Amino acid sequence: MTLSVSDVKRIADLAYIEIDEDEAKETLNQLSGIFNLIETMQAVDTSTVEPMSHAQSVVQRLRDDKITETDQRELYQSIAPQVEAGLYLVPQVIE
Amino acid sequence: MQWEIVIGLEVHAQLSTQSKIFSGSSTAYGAAPNTQASVIDLALPGVLPVLNKGAVERAIKLGLSVGAKINSPSIFARKNYFYPDLPKGYQISQYELPVVQGGNIQIQVDGIEKNVRLTRAHLEEDAGKSLHEDFHGMSGIDLNRAGTPLLEIVSEPDMRSSAEAVAYAKTLHALVRWIGICDGNMQEGSFRCDANVSVRPRGTETLGTRCEIKNLNSFRFLEKAIDYEARRQIEILEDGGSIRQETRLYDANKDETRTMRTKEDANDYRYFPDPDLLPLEIPQSWIDQIKQTLPELPQARRDRYVSAFALSAYDASVLTSSREMADYFDATLKQLPAQAKLCANWIMGEISGQLNKEGIEMTACPITPAQLAALLARIHDGTISGKAAKTVFESMWNGELDKNVDAIIEAKGLKQISDDSAIEKLVDQVLAANAQQVADYRNGKEKAFNSLVGQIMKATQGKANPAQVNAMLKKKLDG
Repeated sequence: MTLSVSDVKRIADLAYIEIDEDEAKETLNQLSGIFNLIETMQAVDTSTVEPMSHAQSVVQRLRDDKITETDQRELYQSIAPQVEAGLYLVPQVIE
Repeated sequence: MQWEIVIGLEVHAQLSTQSKIFSGSSTAYGAAPNTQASVIDLALPGVLPVLNKGAVERAIKLGLSVGAKINSPSIFARKNYFYPDLPKGYQISQYELPVVQGGNIQIQVDGIEKNVRLTRAHLEEDAGKSLHEDFHGMSGIDLNRAGTPLLEIVSEPDMRSSAEAVAYAKTLHALVRWIGICDGNMQEGSFRCDANVSVRPRGTETLGTRCEIKNLNSFRFLEKAIDYEARRQIEILEDGGSIRQETRLYDANKDETRTMRTKEDANDYRYFPDPDLLPLEIPQSWIDQIKQTLPELPQARRDRYVSAFALSAYDASVLTSSREMADYFDATLKQLPAQAKLCANWIMGEISGQLNKEGIEMTACPITPAQLAALLARIHDGTISGKAAKTVFESMWNGELDKNVDAIIEAKGLKQISDDSAIEKLVDQVLAANAQQVADYRNGKEKAFNSLVGQIMKATQGKANPAQVNAMLKKKLDG
């Protein structure tokens, strides 16, 4: 798979990362390098290997459905830049 | 041209767990802002999600109820997008290998049974809430709802009218409540529908371009939004235009849908397996154990009511519209076996009517099944008429005389006159006093008969057994 500068810009846009033209080109080089590595690995025959969704072959532990958290709003909001009426305030967003 | 409407629904059912899907915060509705938002819900650095067993259990219950496949392993994925009420920058959801795969739901529209296939049902977390008013140009964020467990239930595009879509949504709504996985409270957003709507010329197979309508929080809005949207699409196509794939919002005040976002600016969610969560293994032993706890399902109970009690399909479906109602019916019938139709009529009529009128739930019904059965027994054995029974019912509802049926009948003097000789005497008296009407009747004026019955009933304040009065009168007149 080959990547273009416009692909890089699109990914940066989705990730809310601001990059200029030079950075986009540099990133393209780096990402293409990663794709080359992947291509090399794809030469290995994995047809008999079951794909894993996680790097470790262990399963998810579950917790019982119990309320274990208490209200610590004051503590958490002490580090928030702006709060009002119990709400965290952020720059206005309306979709 | 004849058009066919094609509809698929996505339903978000909020699961009735005590705590959130990945944290130990409470999910209780209506708390003060951010008092139920812990470090995990706030997405502070370094925290890790731990999956709630109760949420998985509820998803499995749904899967078993609709005959679906339970995937094991099942995988959690990150759905990436930016919005301040989603502090992690991604929603934990499922993409490949959801807990529930496939399944079927039977719906009924105008007495016709239809099967709707399910695509999947997956677990995910809800986002927080954004408030845009009154914060001097800022938005307020409440993260109490963030991390609330949701089961997104996705259907195949199997519905062909808004009526079918509503029937499906109602059946699913009844089912999730029946099996106790969701409280179904639509005002509080516990059961939300999105509809995918497209149209195509009748007789063709290819699906038309679809639009997704969001924000449908009542069955009525679901119906109206689909009807509006189908009309809109047909109009565009008939004018030679084409449909643009987009997400639309239903505005209940204007009864119309409008563009929310188009496909071009649709989010690319970049799903990938969440490295914070390991594959979820669901052993068969756990599935079997959950199967044991499932109640008899609405479909099975509906079929049983028809086959075992000879109730009509309509009666059976009304009685099984909620588990509470079906249980109430079963309990009443247990006290009064072989009177299924009488029990059904009173539960669907008087009991439901009164509950609706006072806005109370079946579980809070002031008359117990045993008390209702005691009342119906008195109709059945002829002690009181159906009309008098309604008076007794009212007294019981209001808690008079400890809701004792016989005491109320006695106190109100509602006992039916069923003694043959007493009725004969009454009939003779009325006949003697109404010679003209007797003559009218004998001259072929059928109406006169009813008038005579009315007089007898009036003379007894409605207490004479009407069947006996009719029979006796007929005997006397026709000789």
